Amino acid sequence: MSETRTLTTTRDARRPAPPAAPVRSEKSHRRRGKILLYVAMSLFGMLFLFPLVFMFVSSLKPDAQILQDVDSVNAFLPTGDISLDNYFGVFDRVPVAQFLFNSVFVTVLTVGLGLIVNSMAGFALSRLEWKGRIVVLALVIATLIVPFETIAVPMVYWVAQLPTLVIEGGVLKYDFGWLNTYEVQIVPFIANAFSIFLFTQYFSTIPKSLDEAARIDGASWFTIYRRILVPLSGPAFATVAILTFLPAWNQYLWPLMVVQKEELRPVMVGMQYFFQLNTAWGEVMAYTSLITLPVLIVFLIFQRAFVSSIAASGVKG
Amino acid sequence: MTVTPPTVAAEEPRRELRRFRSIKGRETWAGLGMIAPAGILLVLFLIIPVILAFTLSFTNARLISPNPPRFVGMDNFVRAFTADPLFVQSVGNTAVFALVVVPVQAALGLLLAVLVNRRMRGVTAFRVIFFIPVVTSIVVVSILWKFMYQQDGLINSMIDALTFGLWSGADWLNDPQTALGAIIFMSIWQAVGFHMIIWLSGLQTIPEELYEAARMDGASPWRQFTNVTWPGLRPTMVFVLVTITIAALGLFVQVDVMTQGGPQGATSTIVFHAVRKGYEQQEIGYAAAISLIFFVAVLIIALIQRRVTREKD
Repeated sequence: MSETRTLTTTRDARRPAPPAAPVRSEKSHRRRGKILLYVAMSLFGMLFLFPLVFMFVSSLKPDAQILQDVDSVNAFLPTGDISLDNYFGVFDRVPVAQFLFNSVFVTVLTVGLGLIVNSMAGFALSRLEWKGRIVVLALVIATLIVPFETIAVPMVYWVAQLPTLVIEGGVLKYDFGWLNTYEVQIVPFIANAFSIFLFTQYFSTIPKSLDEAARIDGASWFTIYRRILVPLSGPAFATVAILTFLPAWNQYLWPLMVVQKEELRPVMVGMQYFFQLNTAWGEVMAYTSLITLPVLIVFLIFQRAFVSSIAASGVKG
Repeated sequence: MTVTPPTVAAEEPRRELRRFRSIKGRETWAGLGMIAPAGILLVLFLIIPVILAFTLSFTNARLISPNPPRFVGMDNFVRAFTADPLFVQSVGNTAVFALVVVPVQAALGLLLAVLVNRRMRGVTAFRVIFFIPVVTSIVVVSILWKFMYQQDGLINSMIDALTFGLWSGADWLNDPQTALGAIIFMSIWQAVGFHMIIWLSGLQTIPEELYEAARMDGASPWRQFTNVTWPGLRPTMVFVLVTITIAALGLFVQVDVMTQGGPQGATSTIVFHAVRKGYEQQEIGYAAAISLIFFVAVLIIALIQRRVTREKD
């Protein structure tokens, strides 16, 4: 693994020649500590990686070999009869492209609209003086403690009665019930109390003199939001985007309850199709790899932003 | 209305005031306009459902029913605690889950954070690795571990190899004795990286000078931890405890994917029970009552945690 390599380079680069004897013993002591540290981290690292390595490797093997390899190190190695057959099998079994499209569509709209709506709310709550601001701010913070699970079931009952516009034979009509639609997967998750809270916090750190200067120049409040606050708040937007992207992509309970139409379902619910008849584990592994890889790639590219976003979500009084 | 004194000097501030008021007015409209989209959505999809949960819990409403909901008073709540052993069992399971996951995950997260909180080659790589399970969907993770937990699966063959055949594991998810433990283990594995990052951000707020001073005084690494690190982490600790507790109490997906609450109710949780009653068995009134009990429990626990952690300050 790579840590052995990095360890030697560290030793070569940072500690060229240990000089006197007492210093040396202290240094060798420290070096031993360092080695122990790397060993501990590597052990933990293997613990965190092995299930995923197992998943990716198994997705390349036929079912019989997956079961056979479980008894040896081969479970983690791409050995034997390696092919992409499982991936082709997945495409035969379920409309993967449709599921992926649905998830991407729902995620992009939820995150995108959420950024606009919640940042505007954050602007109103942090930079404008209006009657009721304090009450609304307190209400938003209070709703933070309502876990979605507690309202999920009443919400199904509620969205089933909401009015919606439908086009029927070229005529625009209105109907009742949001079940089996895209909007039921998107609209309830656009406004988010935690995002509003993060935007409010971030905006209040930007000097208000900027607003005053722009007001004197005759800018409207929306212009100030759009032209001054938004460009200055890249980190806040990144944080909210990342924190809302993961739950939107991973949606499971909600679409399971409100979307029965196969062509509207997201990837996580698509998983169910693999357990209906006899379970083909190779194909299951291929499908789970397929829906995990995009997120992992996004994460690895933006890992710095991910980590600082999570950290920012925790740094509050 | 009072009569305006006809002096120029008094005219000035009044005009100022009027202009000021109209600006204030415009600011109010701007504020209301910009909060409106989020406000309306929060009312529609948070406040109304909460009120609905509250009102439905006193009725016998069903998801699809020709009859309108009828008021039944406290019947649903009485039923939950006296005539529904599976609910009581679910409460117990949820409590056990939270009581194990909260301290263990918080402690492990802190251990990992301390491990990776230094300037060393490769440390970023380890942070990324520890965080990978967090970005992997819990649905995917649950299916994967379900497969690994099988009697002749990967976990048992690893145990077999590590103990040189002395112990070959159990049928983890099908044994009422081990099923909840198996779910606990996997849940900690999945989310610990998230809390590692939060601990890490807390660790990085502690000034390096404090450690230098402690080292000058000859403090051992352990003393440095107890006297410098731990006191500096108090605000982070509150946040970590509250978020893990709320997440732990909401345990649902793992159970739904891996065990469906079985075997013999050993892994049923409050949320799982509510969803099963309300959605699969269509008893929305009863499910709303369970949700309400759950919400009140979460609220009480969060308040107690705040109290306890604040009082020590």
